[in-house]
Amino acid sequence: MATQSLELKATSFTLSVLHINTHDFNAIAADLDTKLSQAPQFFIGAPLILNLSAIESHDVDLAALKQLLTDNQLIIVGVTSANESISQQAKTLGLAIVKSGKQAKNMPAPTKETKIIKQNVRSGQQIYAKNADLIIFGAVGNGAEVIADGSIHIYGALRGKAMAGAAGDRNSIIIANSLDAELVSIAGQYWLAEHLQQHCSDQRGCIRLTSDTLMVESLPQ
Amino acid sequence: MAQIIVVTSGKGGVGKTTSSAAIATGLALKGKKTVVIDFDIGLRNLDLIMGCERRVVYDFVNVINGEANLNQALIKDKRCDKLFILPASQTRDKDALTKEGVGGVLDELSKDFDYIVCDSPAGIEQGAMMALYFADIAIVTTNPEVSSVRDSDRILGMLQSRSRRAEQNLEPIQEFLLLTRYSPARVKTGEMLSVEDVSEILAIKLLGVIPESQAVLKASNSGIPVINDDESDAGLAYADTVQRLLGEEVPFRFLTEEKKGFLKRIFGS
Repeated sequence: MATQSLELKATSFTLSVLHINTHDFNAIAADLDTKLSQAPQFFIGAPLILNLSAIESHDVDLAALKQLLTDNQLIIVGVTSANESISQQAKTLGLAIVKSGKQAKNMPAPTKETKIIKQNVRSGQQIYAKNADLIIFGAVGNGAEVIADGSIHIYGALRGKAMAGAAGDRNSIIIANSLDAELVSIAGQYWLAEHLQQHCSDQRGCIRLTSDTLMVESLPQ
Repeated sequence: MAQIIVVTSGKGGVGKTTSSAAIATGLALKGKKTVVIDFDIGLRNLDLIMGCERRVVYDFVNVINGEANLNQALIKDKRCDKLFILPASQTRDKDALTKEGVGGVLDELSKDFDYIVCDSPAGIEQGAMMALYFADIAIVTTNPEVSSVRDSDRILGMLQSRSRRAEQNLEPIQEFLLLTRYSPARVKTGEMLSVEDVSEILAIKLLGVIPESQAVLKASNSGIPVINDDESDAGLAYADTVQRLLGEEVPFRFLTEEKKGFLKRIFGS
């Protein structure tokens, strides 16, 4: 087999972020000189991301700023948290617009719809309620999977797998008339049957997420 | 138009062929013109259970491929003139069954018969899918143990999603549970799931409970469907099952352990 000419792989790198707090380039140049003289080896040739969140005005000359930094042997690879006009300039300069981890993890969209299944979910079947809550008027059999971006309500026995908050909504819950599940999961936190049985056995209940651990709440009879 | 019944289970060895033979015979004995088709291409067994293995000339696949017509392939039962058998091919495999081919044969049979009983192979592959695709009624044969129950649950999912009625959004297939090899004594000791357990998990209407019986093996070996043996409890339970299938209310029998008499306890049954 011929080897592929390309291969796409994701790798994380740690990059230094340079926060620009003023659009006074003379001040920047002066401060930069001081910083570089303290630890020249650390900065020379180092890839940097510019954080421009403190710059509010729209008439900053990004090209000039880039030139200033390049003259000091810094390599600018991208900008982050910039306002629209600066982002536009960055695009023309061929700089990447990057989102920091915290920024990228935007909150999941609130669930709007409800998906209703009016029959038993059988072994081997998989139901996914995208951006919705899932309500099942029946049982979920062994080997069946029900998944929702919102909450899951089962008006029968849960014997298979139930995964609520599949898109990361930590407020979603799972309610079943009988919690005899193979697996329950909310926003990625999961319990297998064994663990679940330590907390409840076969009874109806509500599973929710409180600070990174699942908990079972009993329901009034 | 004939009613098409599929006898299915997912799991092998639970009694699909025995039940197909018994139910088809039972329907015919009730005066319904019935044909029973073996869908287990390559592992033909129904002809043995029906006692017609020496009379197989043409088979189901020959008819699908147009190498024989239906009248040449249908075998008339020795004991009941309302009953016909369409045997499987032993030399082909399941891929010989196509949707068009099977549909064509069933359409033609529908004109003459009241009931078409399809004996499904085990598994969830082509053969089993073809057997259930055209069904109006499904008899899900289950043994009272967990793996069989789970496989039946899987097949019920297939009936609801992969059948003709599901694909064309028609009224769903009528699903019935047939519990076979039931042993009340072992249920009592907790070795076996009870009727209630299985009914609760599968949540479909219970059609019959066939007790574990020596008569079934004897019947299979001699090629006479067990329903003809009206001295055995299995035979009687199949007769009840057929009556329920025809819409009659019949109380369930053989659900509790038979009290053995003093002599039976000494000499065995």
